[in-house]
Amino acid sequence: MSLLNRRAVLKASGSLVVGFAWMPQSTFAASPRVVKPVTLDVVDSYLAIGPDGRITVYSGKVDLGTGVRTALTQIVADELDASLEQVTVIQGDTLLTPDQGPTFGSLSIQNGGAQLRRAAATARRALLEKAADKLKTDVSTLSISDGVVVGRGGGKIPFGRLVGGKTPLLKLDEHAPLKSPADFKLVGKSVPRLDIPGKVTGRFTFMQDFKVPGMLHGRIIMPAAMGATLLSYDESTISDIPGVVKVVRIENFLAVVARTEWSAIKAARQLSVKWSAWNGLPEQARIWEHVRSTKVLKDDVTSDTGDATSAFSAAPRKCSATYDFAIHTHGSIGPSCAVAEFKDGKLTCWTASQSTHNLRKQLASMLGLADENVRCVYVDGAGCYGRNAHEDAAGDAALLARTVGQPVRVQWMRADEHGWDPKGPPTLLDMRGGLDAGGKILAWESELYIPNGGAGFVALAGADHAGLSSLGQLSPGGVINDLAIPYTIPNVRTTAHRLESTPFKPSWIRSPGRMQNTFANESFFDELAAASGVDPLQLRLQYLHDPRGEEVLERLAALCDWRQRPKPDRGGEVVTGRGLAYVKYELVRTYVGVVAEVQVNTKSGEISAKRFWVAHDCGQIINPDGLRNQIEGNVVQTVSRVLKEEVTFDRSMVTSLNWATYPILTFPELPEVIIDLIDRPNEVPWGAGEPTAALVPAAIGNAVFDATGVRLRSVPFKAAKVKAAMEAA
Amino acid sequence: MTSTQLNVNGKTVALSVDDVDVPLLYVLRDDLGLHGPRFGCGLGQCGACTVHIDGVAVRSCVMPLSAVKGKVVTLEGLGTEAKPHPLQRAFIEEQAVQCGYCINGMIMQSAALLARNPKPSADQIRQELAANLCRCGTHLRIVRAVQRAAGG
Repeated sequence: MSLLNRRAVLKASGSLVVGFAWMPQSTFAASPRVVKPVTLDVVDSYLAIGPDGRITVYSGKVDLGTGVRTALTQIVADELDASLEQVTVIQGDTLLTPDQGPTFGSLSIQNGGAQLRRAAATARRALLEKAADKLKTDVSTLSISDGVVVGRGGGKIPFGRLVGGKTPLLKLDEHAPLKSPADFKLVGKSVPRLDIPGKVTGRFTFMQDFKVPGMLHGRIIMPAAMGATLLSYDESTISDIPGVVKVVRIENFLAVVARTEWSAIKAARQLSVKWSAWNGLPEQARIWEHVRSTKVLKDDVTSDTGDATSAFSAAPRKCSATYDFAIHTHGSIGPSCAVAEFKDGKLTCWTASQSTHNLRKQLASMLGLADENVRCVYVDGAGCYGRNAHEDAAGDAALLARTVGQPVRVQWMRADEHGWDPKGPPTLLDMRGGLDAGGKILAWESELYIPNGGAGFVALAGADHAGLSSLGQLSPGGVINDLAIPYTIPNVRTTAHRLESTPFKPSWIRSPGRMQNTFANESFFDELAAASGVDPLQLRLQYLHDPRGEEVLERLAALCDWRQRPKPDRGGEVVTGRGLAYVKYELVRTYVGVVAEVQVNTKSGEISAKRFWVAHDCGQIINPDGLRNQIEGNVVQTVSRVLKEEVTFDRSMVTSLNWATYPILTFPELPEVIIDLIDRPNEVPWGAGEPTAALVPAAIGNAVFDATGVRLRSVPFKAAKVKAAMEAA
Repeated sequence: MTSTQLNVNGKTVALSVDDVDVPLLYVLRDDLGLHGPRFGCGLGQCGACTVHIDGVAVRSCVMPLSAVKGKVVTLEGLGTEAKPHPLQRAFIEEQAVQCGYCINGMIMQSAALLARNPKPSADQIRQELAANLCRCGTHLRIVRAVQRAAGG
């Protein structure tokens, strides 16, 4: 087998294998001494075992602040019966890690973890076979403990002595026997996160902390309007700032490079620049008219059962409503940052990108390089919650490093991040439901207005401004997921109208499309429940034919005493209500039910989210506390999005350029979160980074309806809008 | 270049800067290699850059070096992995981190609170942290960690 020996030199396509035990110390080195396989079909791409028994995991999936590094460590260590301390994880390095796809869509454990587990299981079998050979015994007599193979007769061989030599790469075996869940020692346990001690003592290296020798500092001067053209700039206006190395202009891309960060910031602020006027954005007050009148490129019908149009027309009782969801920004607390270095025609870029393998292709395209001459290395950044501007900062740093011939660090300023990171697009849904006289649901129709495209390449801002290609295309994410519904209704048709354009370059933000679609679906289902006079939980159970989903709802009901809940008193100035929402994520995975309890001030329209109950089934749980941390984050972040967040803009530019104009939830506004985890150790693990978030908008809206009798159909639920809805009711 | 001195984490360091009004944050991060305080907004709105000056939590991103008169303590000066401050220990025990970019500010702001008020209520903690922003939604754990550090 090819699990590795320190001195050998590995050829990517050959049979020699090397020990990577030294790698963790030199993860960030620009010129690694070896290359290794990175194809998805060999164990050596994912795992290396050094002669000291240390296990290095090469993960294409990266930790975006979710704790997945720890969870992946648990998965590999457990499958190999090694200790956690033996394992080191290298993440998202295009030279060293396999391309397991971008870190998005709640897939790191579900897909990335499953691949690593298979690799570890294959390695385990190979290690046992080799040990059996050495001990001259049968594999069935062997066990493994803390990375040491132990024979029944007492013979012991540590992993480090079973690796190395001139052996072929080990083929990943999809059918390698997996450990029985009953034998798990680490998986399923709340192992403390490996990164937290360093993060709370200031010793952890974030992307924003990363330095290389000779590094200069770049700052970007963004156009004064989204589509403005650079007319001129006057370098003499920054001649008093020491340490300015260069003002870099490529078409409409303008930046300063300086020896110190502060000089770069000052120069970027002080440089006198003239931009053309541009006012091509739609009027914000008429954004939904704009969306509705945008050219539709095609229709995606995501479900079609029976004849929904005829059934709706014929239904004796009809409900219809329009839901909208504002433009959101990612709002990472740390503005995006990257460091790039050009050496011998090759680019190395250190980046917090969620997708280093894709970024590599984009940078190569932008600079006219072959992919193999670009290396992207992941370094943990501030949480991104999707495709924020980490990639854009990488593009900027690459352009500047090439221009000045020295490594350059670029960090965006707050206004750059709020103004120019790609946005969650404005989303509009028309809903129609037909009921019979007894309240039975006969027909369900929905029409979604959403930009065309999927989770492809989002153009790099710097490349756009410089007039260079970065393979960009309209890429809002997998936004038509969860438009189809989990309920069995005889006539259903759900259609996504795919729009030719959207005011701001779109990308995915946590639960893209799924959140907006679930908001409309679960709110409108609540409308049908109200119309038919049936309890919202009861109606869901009635139309759900899915035992696992029903169990989630029953567990949720028990958790919050739904059936004995207090009846809302709609009389006072401050009223309280509860609302329920349910999702089977993308109709194929994680089941979640959420109940929200809110208070509404009927005079001001102000909503206070007091409490959330969450029942959550993502199959096998790897780390229960890590999962709770994710669920709490899903709830709190989405409460912020639903109650407070909306990108504002005039005809030229985003105007919500800081935290005063784009406020997010603060500590005094926190809800309580009560969670019931349903663990299924014998099932596959599904994702948990997004599904709960998808439910929060509808749960809040339904609770407001419970409290006030007023239906909120437009996110964010800001006080003025709520007040207007109550006055109109 | 102007030569000046700064007392940071119990030591006096000599500095040479070309602008005495450089915000303290860049001196700490770029000249002294202290990465606990972080750039979040440069506007004093988010708290990621918080340090103590004479025990008071201040936003180092808007504090000119020339205005710093007292002793500066950063997250690194509060404690280490081997010898953590009670808050650092509590944040580990409560696993009160997601991405961790804001955590410096959460700990530094809370440390200033505990120095003034060793037994704050949950409500007092939430008020103290009202101008510290977290995007991951780790707030609930952060409050629990501060309560734990306060022995509550």
